[in-house]
Amino acid sequence: MTLFKEYIFPRLIQWVIVIFIGVSLTFLIPRMSPINPIDQAMGRLTAFQTLSPEATLALRQSLMDLYGLDGSLFSQYVNFWGRVLRGDLGPSFSAFPTTVTEMIGSAIWWTIGLLGLSTVIAWTLGLVLGALAGYFPDRWWSKVLENTLVSIYPIPYYIVAFILLMLFTYYLPIFPLVGGSRGAPGFSWSYLSSLVYYGFLPALSLVIGATAFRFIMSKALAGTERTSDYVRFAEIAALPKRKIVFRYVIRNTMLPQVTDLALSLAAIFEGALITEVVFGYPGLGYLLLNAINASDYNMIMGITLLSIVGIATASLLIDLCYPLIDPRVRYR
Amino acid sequence: MLVTIRDLFRYSPAFRYGSIILVVVFILAALSFFSPYAAEARRVVPRNAPPSWEHWFGTTSQGQDVFWMLTYAVRNTLIVAGLAVIIGRGIGVMIGMISGYLGGRWDRFLSGLVDSFIVIPRLPLLILIAAMLRGQMTLVALGLMIGLLDWAIPSKRYRSQVLSLREREFTNTAVFSGMRAPKVVVREHLPFLIPFLLADVVSGFLFAIGLEVTLSVLGLGDMNAQSLGTMIYWGNYYQSLLANRVWVLAAPIAASVFIVVGFYLSSVGLTAYLDPRTRLARLQAKG
Repeated sequence: MTLFKEYIFPRLIQWVIVIFIGVSLTFLIPRMSPINPIDQAMGRLTAFQTLSPEATLALRQSLMDLYGLDGSLFSQYVNFWGRVLRGDLGPSFSAFPTTVTEMIGSAIWWTIGLLGLSTVIAWTLGLVLGALAGYFPDRWWSKVLENTLVSIYPIPYYIVAFILLMLFTYYLPIFPLVGGSRGAPGFSWSYLSSLVYYGFLPALSLVIGATAFRFIMSKALAGTERTSDYVRFAEIAALPKRKIVFRYVIRNTMLPQVTDLALSLAAIFEGALITEVVFGYPGLGYLLLNAINASDYNMIMGITLLSIVGIATASLLIDLCYPLIDPRVRYR
Repeated sequence: MLVTIRDLFRYSPAFRYGSIILVVVFILAALSFFSPYAAEARRVVPRNAPPSWEHWFGTTSQGQDVFWMLTYAVRNTLIVAGLAVIIGRGIGVMIGMISGYLGGRWDRFLSGLVDSFIVIPRLPLLILIAAMLRGQMTLVALGLMIGLLDWAIPSKRYRSQVLSLREREFTNTAVFSGMRAPKVVVREHLPFLIPFLLADVVSGFLFAIGLEVTLSVLGLGDMNAQSLGTMIYWGNYYQSLLANRVWVLAAPIAASVFIVVGFYLSSVGLTAYLDPRTRLARLQAKG
């Protein structure tokens, strides 16, 4: 019970505050804009296609609610929350009858797949390599690894992405320039292998930077663990080095890394958006780019809302998993 | 201050190389004032020429000289980042000092706000604002916005610094001698924060440059001005990769790597200098 009161409850409160602030900001920002997005959007829509009067009215109503000039500011705010809670963000402007929710729903799995996989790979790789390099700081491979990763680390995601794109699609054309897969979706070998083939470069560009970051942190943590008593006792007891590293050192360095994963989720997500744009990968980032180019405000707002809620929820989940790993939190 | 910088230059290779790179970058930015072409001028040189003695980094399909474009771009990117850093650190220092010094209910309220703000992803919000202001965005507005979104993490750092400063003897002396709270914070505590501010400013530059490039690559910056991001955007837009004109993209990408690495190396040198443990070791070595 104390666990709930001291650990879980404050985090739930914080989650609610984050979502409240995020949704309120997305409500306020368009209202402070000097442009009237409704007029602009209606003009753009009616210029391209003829709509039935009912459809126009329905569209105008959903725009009114979302950007709303309907009623007082407070009732607009309540309406906006209603739409957010129902998950109804109205139709996309650029692909008119399709709703924003539908389009996001089909794009999000690409992003989650790319992001999830590359985060897990980078996190594990960085943790293990960092712990090894921290435990054996004088070996030649540990020095080579450290120098390489430290000089890669400050280079931003999108630059790594551009460099990989130039190297492997232009100078050495072995990977495709754009796209996410080939052939009809299904559990066939050709489709699944094309998923890996198309996803390899985008994932690599994310993994490189994230591994370097994780490595630097993990090496520093393992370096302090190395001098602690339990490691010395384990060494005196002549335990195999491999066992000391993997059973004891890594498990102890893991704890702060889990917290940090929750904190750096937003950064990882932001990196993935740009990576998708660079590689033309059909996830949220690419959807966002198209929405920006078509001034599809509904879609931009939808993606903004979703990313705020999604990242806040994901970091809440990671925080809630923390007591499972750290006994000190559990028994407090 | 000057002695510190000289010592850093002498003993920290990271700081030395980092600051050399930064000096080159600043010279590049300063060169923009001597550019033979105006920033917006198009069709002033032969189009699509590869790098040569006449045009060091080649020319674009719009008839611009890439080298002189780059000088404007570096300057503008640095201006945006500088503005963002000043605003962001200003807010951060203020909130951190208030919440650290006042403590109690204020501290809990402000810390809660800061903690929530850290979790909110900033890029989507920035994209929403920029998309709403599309076509009316200026470099100054961009710097302002980035600054307004980047104060939470620094303010947390300053708060913890002030929390420890508040327990020191001299704070009590100041309070007992009748100094009022704002004066104590500004006159007694702020000087202690300056070294941390220095390291923080450098990392703020890194963040702001990253955001500027990201937004411009998405086509959301001030697309008429030259910046590193807009150079990449227009390079992509005119399909320089497909058309074998790599130099158009290579220049801004190489420049951003240089700037980022320069700032990063100097911040590594600074942080190592500020770290109390290594500082202790250095003092022992001296004495």
